[in-house]
Amino acid sequence: MYEFNYHRPGTLEEAKKMLSASEDPKIIAGGMTLLPTMKFRLARPSDLIDLGNISKLHGIRDDGDSLFIAAMTIHAEVASNELVRAGIPALAELAGNIGDPQVRNRGTLGGSIANNDPAADYPAALLALDAVVQTDKRSIPSERFLSGMFETALQSDEIVTGVTFSRPKRAAYAKFPNPASRYAIAGVMVAEYADSVRVAVTGAAACAFRAAELEQALSSDFSAAALDGLEIDAGELNSDLHASPEYRAHLVILLAKRAVAAAGG
Amino acid sequence: MKSQISLQLNGDKVSAEVESRTLLVELIRQRLGKTGTHIGCDTSQCGACVVHMNGRSVKSCTLLAVQAQGADIVTIEGIAENGELHPMQQAFREHHGLQCGFCTPGMIMSALDLLKLHPDPDDREIREWLEGNLCRCTGYQNIVRSIKAGARAMRR
Repeated sequence: MYEFNYHRPGTLEEAKKMLSASEDPKIIAGGMTLLPTMKFRLARPSDLIDLGNISKLHGIRDDGDSLFIAAMTIHAEVASNELVRAGIPALAELAGNIGDPQVRNRGTLGGSIANNDPAADYPAALLALDAVVQTDKRSIPSERFLSGMFETALQSDEIVTGVTFSRPKRAAYAKFPNPASRYAIAGVMVAEYADSVRVAVTGAAACAFRAAELEQALSSDFSAAALDGLEIDAGELNSDLHASPEYRAHLVILLAKRAVAAAGG
Repeated sequence: MKSQISLQLNGDKVSAEVESRTLLVELIRQRLGKTGTHIGCDTSQCGACVVHMNGRSVKSCTLLAVQAQGADIVTIEGIAENGELHPMQQAFREHHGLQCGFCTPGMIMSALDLLKLHPDPDDREIREWLEGNLCRCTGYQNIVRSIKAGARAMRR
């Protein structure tokens, strides 16, 4: 790893100052992606700004129709927190199956979504649970936030402070993990709301996306059988040594059915 | 950039001057001399470097030493008491939970974290929890057996 300057600010304001004063800074949250990337010398920031000491970025709050989870909340906390388990159990379940226990003990919600790995789990939850990403500057609806492969709507000096997830009537997440990394070869989250059904897919394409056709079918009939005969266009899907686009298209329908069944549909 | 950090290691206060890029595992092994924590893959996959930081298991190859400023770190050297093996160490020994032994410190530190959540884990919970710990000798059977036995001994 190349040498860099390390900062551990105690407040968001301090962090912002350090961001603007540094030549080529990177924010570090849990570091579960950034540190391995730096060890491989694929990234060489001049300064690392560690958000671990900013108390404002920790915590989970129940706002009635929604849950607010602060950016530096680790996956293990989301998985075990009583408010999440009672409010949106599917989200707790999703967080509890990210990576391995040691990743879940360091990796954070804010870090994961700011990285927007196409195979990460949280992007599916952002889209399915109609989430709004809160930053130090503004609120960004998840569909605008997740803008492309490893890309988000974040500006270079903007910091994610937390995410507001809308509480669904019921929801579930089903993934087909890569057996080594536990990243999603494909993952589907379905969520039923009073007036709509949302279906979000991760792992299958360059960026997580909503599957409009599946949403339509489930809106009139929230059952696995409602997805019979539907197909996902493989044209835009990822191809790698783990799965072809056609196989991923097949997995998306299969996992959507599993998720609906797990949600009790 | 060098900074002075201080932390608790197995109950002792220690401090050291480290570069920003020094990994926690390098600090523990090379500077503080606790070589029970192993570097296997050095890419966050194998879990040979698992230690506890503020009560949670973490991979010390994927943490900067500076991030451990003020933290409470426990390594495999910190679990035996009064010269007696910890019940989990004893269980690994009795149930042949190791062959070459390289992965064992990480396995044990990982297992102890599991027991905080599930004091009486079943086979599936143990196997799922060991997702981040690789063993290339045993085939895991005896590791799972050892962890169950260790958990039993710790509940007594």
